[in-house]
Amino acid sequence: MRAAQVSVRRGTAAAGRARRRRVWLLGRILLYLAVLAVVVWVLAPFAWLVISSVSTRAALTSRPLQWLPDHLDLSNYLDIFVGGGSSTSVHRSVRAGALNSVVVAGLATLVALFAGSLSAYAVSRLRFRLKGPFLVTMLATQLLPTVVIIIPMYMVFRSIGLLDTVFALMLADIAIILPLITWILKGYFDGIPSSLEDAARVDGCTRAGALFRVVMPLSSSGLAASGLFAFIIAWNEFFTAFILSSTLRSKTLSVIVAEFSSKVGVDYVAMATAGVLASLPPVLLALFFQRYIIQGLTAGAVKG
Amino acid sequence: MSAPARRRRVLLRVPGWSTWLDRPAFLATLLLVPTLVLVFGVLLYPILDTLRLSLTDRVLSQPGSGAFVGLGNYLRALQDPEFRASLGRTFYFALVTVPVETTLGLLIALLLNQRFFGRGFVRGIIILPWALPYIVNGVMWKWILNANYGALNALLSQLGIIGRYHIWLGYPSTAFNFVILANIWKETPVAVILILAALQTIPGELYEAARVDGANAWRQFWAVTFPSLRPVIAVTMVVKTVWALKEFDLIYVMTGGGPANATNVATFQTYLTTFKFLKFGYGASMAFIIVLLSLVIAFFYVRLISPKEVAE
Repeated sequence: MRAAQVSVRRGTAAAGRARRRRVWLLGRILLYLAVLAVVVWVLAPFAWLVISSVSTRAALTSRPLQWLPDHLDLSNYLDIFVGGGSSTSVHRSVRAGALNSVVVAGLATLVALFAGSLSAYAVSRLRFRLKGPFLVTMLATQLLPTVVIIIPMYMVFRSIGLLDTVFALMLADIAIILPLITWILKGYFDGIPSSLEDAARVDGCTRAGALFRVVMPLSSSGLAASGLFAFIIAWNEFFTAFILSSTLRSKTLSVIVAEFSSKVGVDYVAMATAGVLASLPPVLLALFFQRYIIQGLTAGAVKG
Repeated sequence: MSAPARRRRVLLRVPGWSTWLDRPAFLATLLLVPTLVLVFGVLLYPILDTLRLSLTDRVLSQPGSGAFVGLGNYLRALQDPEFRASLGRTFYFALVTVPVETTLGLLIALLLNQRFFGRGFVRGIIILPWALPYIVNGVMWKWILNANYGALNALLSQLGIIGRYHIWLGYPSTAFNFVILANIWKETPVAVILILAALQTIPGELYEAARVDGANAWRQFWAVTFPSLRPVIAVTMVVKTVWALKEFDLIYVMTGGGPANATNVATFQTYLTTFKFLKFGYGASMAFIIVLLSLVIAFFYVRLISPKEVAE
C-alpha cells in the first residue's frame, strides 16, 4: 500500500516534469519563431535591394518574378567604380555623388568634432553664465524641421555665391551635427573625474593643456562614438543637399539616388546598385562599431 | 642656455596668457567661439530670418515684394484648407507611427533580452534600418511596392493571396499607409536600442524579489520591468513625435505628396509653397507653425531628459 502510494506520487512528479518540459519546449519554439520573424522583417527589404543590384533587368521584370538571378551580374558596380566603355551618365553621376558625399560628410564630421570637443569641455567643466540656455538651445536645434532653416540659408548662400558648392553642404551638415556632438561628448567628459585634471594642473598644466593632454585621450571612445554617429547622420542628410545643390559639382549620393525615384523608365538594376552603394558606408560602420553607435544613440537620443 | 631656462624665458615673455586661460569665463568663451559661430551662423540666424520673412509677403520671383504684413501669413495659413489638411495628415502620421514603433520596439527589446542562440547576431543586425539613408529607404520601399515588378506584388500573387498586381502607391487610401509602413520599418530599431539599453540596467535582484513574492512573468513585467522603463519610453515617444513632424524625405521619394495629395504632410506643403511656388514669406509662416508645434513638444522633451541639467 505504501509502496503503491509512493509510486503514484512518483508518477505525478514525473508527469509534472514532463508537462513543465513541454511548456518550456513550446516557449522555446515560440521564442525562436518570434526571433526568426524579426530577422526576416529586418533583413528581407534590404536583402531584396542587394539582390536586385546584382540581378539582370530581364530577371527583375519577369512574371512570375524570378527571385534569384541565374548568375551574379556585377557589371553595374564595375561600371561605377572602374568606368570603361559601358559606363553611362548614370554611372558617372553615382561616382561623382559618392565622392561629394565622402568629402561633405567627412570634412563636416572632422570640423564638428574639433569645435564640439572644445564646447563640450566648456559646458562639462567650467562655470559660466548662460550655460543652461546654451545647452537648451543646442538641444532645441535638433528638434527643428530643416525646412525652417533652409529658406534663409538658401537666400544667404545664393547672395554670396555658395549655392551648389560642397562648402555650403558641409556648413549645413556641421550645423546639424555639431549640437549633437557637443551633447554626446559632454556626457563623456562628465564621466572623467576632474581629480585627474587637478593632478595635471598641480604639475603645471594649464586648463587648456589639461583638456588636450588628459581629458581628450581619456575620452577617445567618446570621440569615436560621437564622430561615427555624426558621420552617419551627415552622410544620410538629404534635404539641405537637395535644396542647395543643383549639379554634379555638389550633389551627394542621396540626391542622386532620389533622382532615380522620379525618373520614368528608370534602370532598376542601376537604381538598386546606387542605393546599395549609398547605404554601405553607414550600414557597415553601424554594424562594425555598434557599441559606439549605441552609446551615441542612448547618450544623444536626439536624432535618428 | 639650457632647455629648461629657455622654456622659462618663453613663459615669462607672455605672463598674462596662461593666467587668462585659467579664468573659467574667459576660457569658456574661447572654447565656445567655434561652436557659436557655426551653429548660430548657420542655424540660429536662419531661424530668426525665417521668422522675419514669415511676417512679409516676399515672393522670390517678384523683385518688389517683401512688404511687412504682420501676422497675415499665419492667419492665412491657419485658414488655408490645403495647409490644414496637410497638418491633419502630419498628426495622423504621428498618431500611427509613434505608438506602433514604441510598442513594437518594446516587444522586440523584451524578445532580444531573452537568452537564445544567435542573440548577438540579431542584436547586431537590428541597427541596419536605422543606419540606412532615408532616401535609400524610400527608394527601396518604392521598388518593393512597384506596381509592375514589385516584390510585394510578386510575393502575394505567388502565394495566391492576390489575383492581380496592385498599384499600392497609386491609391489615396493605401499610399499613405505604405509610407507609414516604410517609416515603421526604419524607425522601430531606435526604440528597440533605447529600450534594450534600459532593460539591461534593471538590477536582477528586483526580479528575484518579485519571484520570491510569487509573481509570475506577467506580474513581474508590470511590477518591475514596465515601471523601470517608463522614463525611456516617454523619451522615445516624445523624440519620435518630433521626428514625425519633420518627416519629408520619405514622402518626397515614395509619393511626392500624391496621389491626390493623400500623402501631402505639413513639411511637404511648406516645401511646395516655398520652393515650387516661390512664396517665401508664406512658406516661412507655415514652417514656423511647425516649429511652434515642435517647441511645445520640445518643452516636454527637455523636462523629461534632464530636469537638473536645465535648472543649472
